[in-house]
Amino acid sequence: MAAFHSDTRPILGRGPSILLRFVFFALLAIGLMWVDQRHRWLESVRYGISWVAYPFQALVSSPGAAWDWLTESFSTRERLQRENADLQARLREADLRMMRFEALEQENIRLRAMREATASIAERAMVAEIMRVDLNPFRHRVILNKGARNGVFKGQPLLDAKGVFGQITRAGPFSAEAILISDSEHAIPVQVNRNGLRTIAVGTGDLSRLSVPYLPINADIRTGDLLVTSGLDEIFPAGYPVAVVTEVDQSPGQTLASISARPAAALDRDREVLLVWVKEKLIEPVDAPAPPGVTPGRPAAQAPAQTQTPARASGAPAGAPTRPATTTTPVRTPSQPRVSEETRPREEQRPAAAEAPATQPAPQTQEQQDQTPPDQTPPDQTPPEQTPREQSSAPPQEEPAEEAPPEPTEVPPQ
Amino acid sequence: MSRHLALHRLPMIITVIIGLVLTIVPLPEWFEIGRPDFLVLIVLYWSTMNPRVGGLTLAFLVGLMLDAFTGVVLGQHALALCLVAAIAIKLHLRMRVFPILHQAMTIFWLLVLYEFVLFWTDGGTGHAVTTWMRWIPALVGAVLWPIVAGLLGRAYQRT
Repeated sequence: MAAFHSDTRPILGRGPSILLRFVFFALLAIGLMWVDQRHRWLESVRYGISWVAYPFQALVSSPGAAWDWLTESFSTRERLQRENADLQARLREADLRMMRFEALEQENIRLRAMREATASIAERAMVAEIMRVDLNPFRHRVILNKGARNGVFKGQPLLDAKGVFGQITRAGPFSAEAILISDSEHAIPVQVNRNGLRTIAVGTGDLSRLSVPYLPINADIRTGDLLVTSGLDEIFPAGYPVAVVTEVDQSPGQTLASISARPAAALDRDREVLLVWVKEKLIEPVDAPAPPGVTPGRPAAQAPAQTQTPARASGAPAGAPTRPATTTTPVRTPSQPRVSEETRPREEQRPAAAEAPATQPAPQTQEQQDQTPPDQTPPDQTPPEQTPREQSSAPPQEEPAEEAPPEPTEVPPQ
Repeated sequence: MSRHLALHRLPMIITVIIGLVLTIVPLPEWFEIGRPDFLVLIVLYWSTMNPRVGGLTLAFLVGLMLDAFTGVVLGQHALALCLVAAIAIKLHLRMRVFPILHQAMTIFWLLVLYEFVLFWTDGGTGHAVTTWMRWIPALVGAVLWPIVAGLLGRAYQRT
């Protein structure tokens, strides 16, 4: 085993010593880590490496894919018939729901138009397959077989048939890396479907459990509640199921309830997932602009959800109380920035929350935007001129219709 | 000379490719946690047996590939691999004459050091994994060392 024959050169005079070379490489590695952690220059390097890595990943995942293909092509007639009958039954059921859905969607559009709100609409979806490649066993990451060449971009939401699956963290040319919602570094803003209570669901590192750590003990949440995406992160479209609450521990001795939820998506079983392109769409008002008296109905509906959140007291912006209350919509303006403030301190608690740095600057600028106009505008204004300002003071999840589209176009050229 | 070196590098490149495949090949779930760091074993082998062909450049490049494959911050595995490879190169004349069990012990401590650097940089970049299970690969790697070294020894003797 020990072979000496190759080392024929003299021991002395071999160039720089091993220590020197080690220091050089160590500094290089530490510099790389620093740059990669703090800046975004290395994205293109990663893109290139991912190009190199793809053949390996394809090679490794090919036996599994071949086995799938074999079982598929040799499946029995009865099994196919059974599957077919099953699928048809499900299709009928889905059709039945679809009929109601059309009507409801129209109604929803009309209602949203009355509020001049935007709706995020899942515009297009593509099926991607999870490659049979193991990454770090302590992280819930997967490699998908679609990449930037297929239009995949960083931060793209990932769904499966049952619910939210995860999001793309890195897009290579032919493959993309995604983080699952159960990863302990992932957090997703959610909303209790029953009453609209907003909070954040955090991954635990366990595929079958999410935790909801930021709700006070008196929050109105029960076992069996469905948590859906709230859309506040501007990544996931609103209203998709995320998890079902399985356990609520509201022991009076604690400030925060400890709540567990089971992900709705089959995180450990799926082979195929849906990549979704979301379109933020501003719905044009159908009729005449709504009178100011109608709009305060909206914050009133949100108020109960906000008063129960723990971040409220610390999160109220310093500028908000000093704002002149002489504007024509006094009910609305003070409560609006709080919506944005509510999400911010929590996302700072988990630095990688939803991995979206864009969500933090957004409320800041938005708040400044709507702080300046009220001082300049005289209190007695005509209704037509109010409408643009009300649009600018809309909550951040709905506002940046022009900010969401640049992301897909920005990432692929790398 | 360069031709000669290229010939020497061929088995090294092939083993590194095999190691890369072994690093990402899907394993049964119960064994996934204990997957040994095949690439570290391979780099350590080349560092002790042929430090001039392998050496720190190999360790650094392989480390970068591991970083990219596993999706962690670039430079993490590179730093850890460079450290253990540097120690192995420093000790390589002694390592070669160690009995195989003694070698496995040394490898075990090198692997523990490797895992520690990873653990440390994980914490530093905010992705701390604090379960004790992350130390299993070091043990499995040390147990596998005689087999890996024997197989690689054959590849090496061929050239």
